Amino acid sequence: MIPASFDYVRADSAEAALAALAEHGDEAKLLAGGHSLVPLLKLRLAVPAVLVDIGRLEDLSYIRDAGDHLAVGALTRHRDLERSAVLAEHLPLLAHTAHLVGDPQVRNRGTIGGSLAHGDPASDLPAVALATRATMVITGPDGERTVAADDFFAGFLETAVQPDELLTEIRFPKATGAAWSYQKFVRRAQDWAIVGVAVQGGATPGVALVNMASTPVRAAAVEAALASGADAATAAEAAPDGAEPQPDLQASVAYREHLARVLTRRALTASALG
Amino acid sequence: MLITVTVNGTERTDEVEPRLLLVQYLRDVLGLTGTHIGCDTSSCGACTVLVDGEAAKSCTILAVQVDGGTVRTIEDLAGPDGALDVVQEGFRQEHGLQCGYCTPGMVMASTALLAETPHPTDDEIREALEGNLCRCTGYTSIVASVRWAAEHADGRSPGAGSADGPAS
Repeated sequence: MIPASFDYVRADSAEAALAALAEHGDEAKLLAGGHSLVPLLKLRLAVPAVLVDIGRLEDLSYIRDAGDHLAVGALTRHRDLERSAVLAEHLPLLAHTAHLVGDPQVRNRGTIGGSLAHGDPASDLPAVALATRATMVITGPDGERTVAADDFFAGFLETAVQPDELLTEIRFPKATGAAWSYQKFVRRAQDWAIVGVAVQGGATPGVALVNMASTPVRAAAVEAALASGADAATAAEAAPDGAEPQPDLQASVAYREHLARVLTRRALTASALG
Repeated sequence: MLITVTVNGTERTDEVEPRLLLVQYLRDVLGLTGTHIGCDTSSCGACTVLVDGEAAKSCTILAVQVDGGTVRTIEDLAGPDGALDVVQEGFRQEHGLQCGYCTPGMVMASTALLAETPHPTDDEIREALEGNLCRCTGYTSIVASVRWAAEHADGRSPGAGSADGPAS
């Protein structure tokens, strides 16, 4: 499979990337690790006129302890997330989930910013962003703005990032010592989740679902049940409430709802919640 | 676009279309057909090569993305006299292949593993190869092949050359 023709611009700074986006508007797509975008290019589901390659912006690859939160650069690869000592101590849910993305070759190239900005409801890391109540830092022509994870995923493969903007950093509240769990149901290790659930314990536990709607989705009914004192099994029954799973070759709607309940119960139990 | 890539220790400069995939560059432009196209959807790993020393699926990388970098393919492993390197020899000794289609990718992914983890456990071998599919062997003999290579490295680093250099 061969992508349609496009022009290629390599950005050597975030400013250069923004300038290229300003010039080409929604005719352009950003290329980071390329492991979401290149498959779409090959299928010609994405046919941008211009690719702006930000894969070499090494100053956007970092994991920093910023006091009350962790700052993760958008170009940080899954490989670096899974091996990070900072994450192992303060946000093991993110390190563990990054280890479950794709396979080693994919994790060597794919980036957290690329995964989040792609907005695929079947991706693992968006659920972590929701469960941990992360904040996205988006840089555009007028400077930086921040968007809560709850307001970031706008639709199927759509996010709050506008055509002239760049996701530059993700800020995660620290969860040092808090329980967590990520449950992913797949037929083969490297597959996309048929259904997944991320649970982050803490003062206000967060629960988010993978592949249960056209966007990554918070399991608000489960969180509410936990807040009102429900046990894990009872709270997990609410997992499909508010979700809108789609049927596909792998799973019917009813099966996805069943998986969401079972996986949520397992995740809550593993996290000693409820 | 003009790109310069060090492939198997030799610097190559070629004019390529931006949409050219790395696997096509290796096979069609450079004639290095040891790297196979399997699923062409970044699932099967048959196209695995080392990019700057790390395993990567060359069907999901544009050639322009490796401009200025280094790529190693299966052709770089055997010595100039044709002697197999230790990973290749492991696959021969332990019957790690039947049809051989997945083998270049398996060997390159294993090479990346052993460069970083010279004495992996079986679980580590299986994890390192989770992005490589084989439809013949059922994987047991592939894991044994990698284990054989780890046990017979004898101070040799996997691959006849260094991660960034040519076979010597």
